[in-house]
Amino acid sequence: MTDQALESHVETVTTPAATPSPAPKASGGSGASGGTSGSGAGLVTRIRASAGWQAVDLSEMWRYRELLIHMAMRDIKIRYKQTVLGASWAVIQPLMTMLVFSQLFSMLMPERKPTVGNIPYSVSTFCALLGWQLFAGAITQASGSLVQNQSLITKIYFPRLIVPCASILVPLADFGVGFCVLLLLMLVNGVVPGVAVLALPLFILLAVLCAMAVGLWLCALNALYRDFRYITPFIVQAGMFITPVVYTYQSIEGKLTDWQKQLYCLNPLMGVVEGFRWSLLGTAQPPWLMMLPGTIVVLLLLVSGTYFFRRVERTIADVV
Amino acid sequence: MSDTIIRVNGLGKRYRIARADLSRTFVEAVADAATWPVRRWRQGKDVESKRYGAFWACRNVSFEVKKGEVVGVIGRNGAGKSTLLKLLSRITEPTEGEAEIRGRVGSLLEVGTGFHPELSGRENIFLNGAILGMPKAEIARKFDEIVAFSDVEKFLDTPVKRYSSGMYTRLAFAVAAHLEPEVLIVDEVLAVGDAQFQKKCLGKMGDVAKQGRTILFVSHNMAAVQGLCNRGVVLKAGGVVFDGSSEDAVAHYLAGSTEGGEHDRPGHFDLSRHENHYRRVIFKSPLDQAICSFNTSMRAIESVKRGDIERLTLQIPRIPLLPGSYWIDLQVVQVQGKDSPIIDYVDRAAPLQVVAADVFGTGYSLTSRDGLVYMDGQWDLKPLDAA
Repeated sequence: MTDQALESHVETVTTPAATPSPAPKASGGSGASGGTSGSGAGLVTRIRASAGWQAVDLSEMWRYRELLIHMAMRDIKIRYKQTVLGASWAVIQPLMTMLVFSQLFSMLMPERKPTVGNIPYSVSTFCALLGWQLFAGAITQASGSLVQNQSLITKIYFPRLIVPCASILVPLADFGVGFCVLLLLMLVNGVVPGVAVLALPLFILLAVLCAMAVGLWLCALNALYRDFRYITPFIVQAGMFITPVVYTYQSIEGKLTDWQKQLYCLNPLMGVVEGFRWSLLGTAQPPWLMMLPGTIVVLLLLVSGTYFFRRVERTIADVV
Repeated sequence: MSDTIIRVNGLGKRYRIARADLSRTFVEAVADAATWPVRRWRQGKDVESKRYGAFWACRNVSFEVKKGEVVGVIGRNGAGKSTLLKLLSRITEPTEGEAEIRGRVGSLLEVGTGFHPELSGRENIFLNGAILGMPKAEIARKFDEIVAFSDVEKFLDTPVKRYSSGMYTRLAFAVAAHLEPEVLIVDEVLAVGDAQFQKKCLGKMGDVAKQGRTILFVSHNMAAVQGLCNRGVVLKAGGVVFDGSSEDAVAHYLAGSTEGGEHDRPGHFDLSRHENHYRRVIFKSPLDQAICSFNTSMRAIESVKRGDIERLTLQIPRIPLLPGSYWIDLQVVQVQGKDSPIIDYVDRAAPLQVVAADVFGTGYSLTSRDGLVYMDGQWDLKPLDAA
C-alpha cells in the first residue's frame, strides 16, 4: 500500500471480479495447451482420505507420461556426467565381470566350462550378464528412487509411481549400449542367432517386470525403513549366484536334488537369463516348465507391490 | 461467474508427535506388528493415541473459493497454512474432511522444485515445466518468454550448479510464472530474489489474476496480500478464524497478533558465555518490515559480563514515524564474521501506537496513507522567470 506498483495491482485484481471472466477463452486460446486445459475444465480433483487398498490409476499414469519420460531422461543424462569414460561404463562393468569369470572357470574346469552348446563361454556369459545387469541396475536405481526424489515428493503432487518407473527405464539405456557390444562379440565369434531372436523383447519385458516387482517393494519399504538401503546390494550380490549367470542351468541341473530344483526355479531371473541365451545364441530350448513358477512369482510380487506402493504413497510426503 | 472452484469441507490433518515410528528400524516395526493384537487386547481401543500424541496441524477448515477470486491465506507460524496447501495440492492426504477443486491445478510450494544441479538451464526449464504439469509443447512455445523473464540467456547451456543463487531463483520463478492452470496455489515464493525481482513476480501474479484465474496465496508479506488478493482467510491454530476482504483479514491478523507478542519474557540466556555480542532494538512497520534499528555496537557499549545485572536504556529524542501501529523487537546478536547468529530474539516485544495529529498546524493531519517515516522538508513556490 505504500508502494506505487502494489497499488496498481489492486486495480488489476479487482477488474475480473467486476466483469465477466474471460478465463475460458484465455485457456482455450493458449495454443497447444488448449487440449489439456480444455479437458482440464471438466477435471474435478477430489481430496479426501482414501481407505483400504487402491489399484493403480492407469489413466492418471497416462496423463503424466511426459513427466515419466522427463524424469527418466534426467536420470540418464546425469548418470555419467562428470565422468571421463561416460557411457562406456555401461560396457566396462559386464565386460570385466565376464573376463574375471572366464579366467576363473578356465582354471577350475578348463575342459568343460559351463556354457551352452558350442558357444564360447565368454559370449554365453556376457549375454546372460546383460539380462542380469538390466535387472540388478534397475532394482538398485528403483530402491533408492523415492528417497532421492524426496525434495520433489514433499513439494508437488504427481503419481508417485512415476518415480520408480522412471528409474527402471534408466538401465535400459545401459542395456542398449551393452547390447551393441554383445552383437560385436557375437560377430567376432561367429555366433548367429536364429528365429528365436524374435522372442528377445519378451525376455527383456520379463526382466523389466522382475525389476519392477522387486523395485516397487524395495523403494516403498526403503522410504519407510532405511534398512533396505543395505538389503538391496545384498540381493544383487547373492542373486547373481542363485541365477545361472556365470554358469548355465544345464551345468548344475544334474547336481540339484528335487526340492533344490523346485526352490531354484522360483527365481524369476532364471527365465530371463536362460531366455536371453536361447533367443540370442541360437542354442537348445530353455527349460520352459522350470521358468513358469518364477514368472508366477513375478506377477504376484508385481501386483502386491503396486498395492503396497499405493498404500505407502498416500502419506509418503510425511514419512519419507 | 459465481461458480465455485474450490470447496473445502471440514478438512483436517493429524500428525503423530512422538514420531519414533518413523526412524525405527524394520525389525522393530515387525515386532510391533506382531505384538499389536496383544497390546490392543490389553489396553483397549486407543492403542495408537496412547503411544503417540496426536497433533492436528489443521482441523475443521471449511471455505469456498469462487472463480477468479484471489485469496490470501495468512496466519502466524504453525497456524496450519502450509499443511492446508499441502492438502490442497495433494502432496499428502487429509485425515478427515474433503475438498474439491475444479480445473487444472498448479501448485507452487517452492521455487525450482525438481531443478537438477547437473543439468543446464535449458534442460531444467523443460524438466521443471514437466514437473509443474506443463505439456512439452506448451513449454516449447513459452520458452523464449521464460528465458527473457529470467535474464539468463547467456548461461542457458551452463549447468545450474554454476549459477549464482540469484540467477537460479530467477530462472526457477520464470518457469513457474508461466504456468497457466485454472487454479494456482502459491506458498511464499515471493520471499526470494532482490526487491526488483520481487516486484516483477508480484506483477506477474497480478497478470495471472487478471486473466480470471483463481489463486490461493499463502504469505507472511502483508503488503503483498493486500496488494494482490481480494479476499483473505486468517488461520489460527489450525482453523479458520476470519474470512473476508483482504484488508480486513490483514487488520484482523495484525490485531490478533498483539496477543501473540511476547511482552515480558524473562531471559534465560547466559550472555557472558557469548563473549562478543551486541544488543539491538528494531522498529517494525505494521507489515513486519524493519524500518530502523539501533544496536549497542553502534555506540560501542560493552557486552554483558558474568554476574552483571544491568538496565540498558535507549533514548530517542524524536520518533519520526507517521501514524500507525508499529512493533518493537529486541535481539541479542552474536558478532561472528559475516553471518551474525541471533542469540535471543523477542519478536514484538512491545507495540508502539503513533496517533494522527495536526503537526503542521494547517489542518492536515498525517495518516498511515502518507507513509511510514516523517522527513523534514520545505516547499517553495516562486513564479518562473521568462529569461
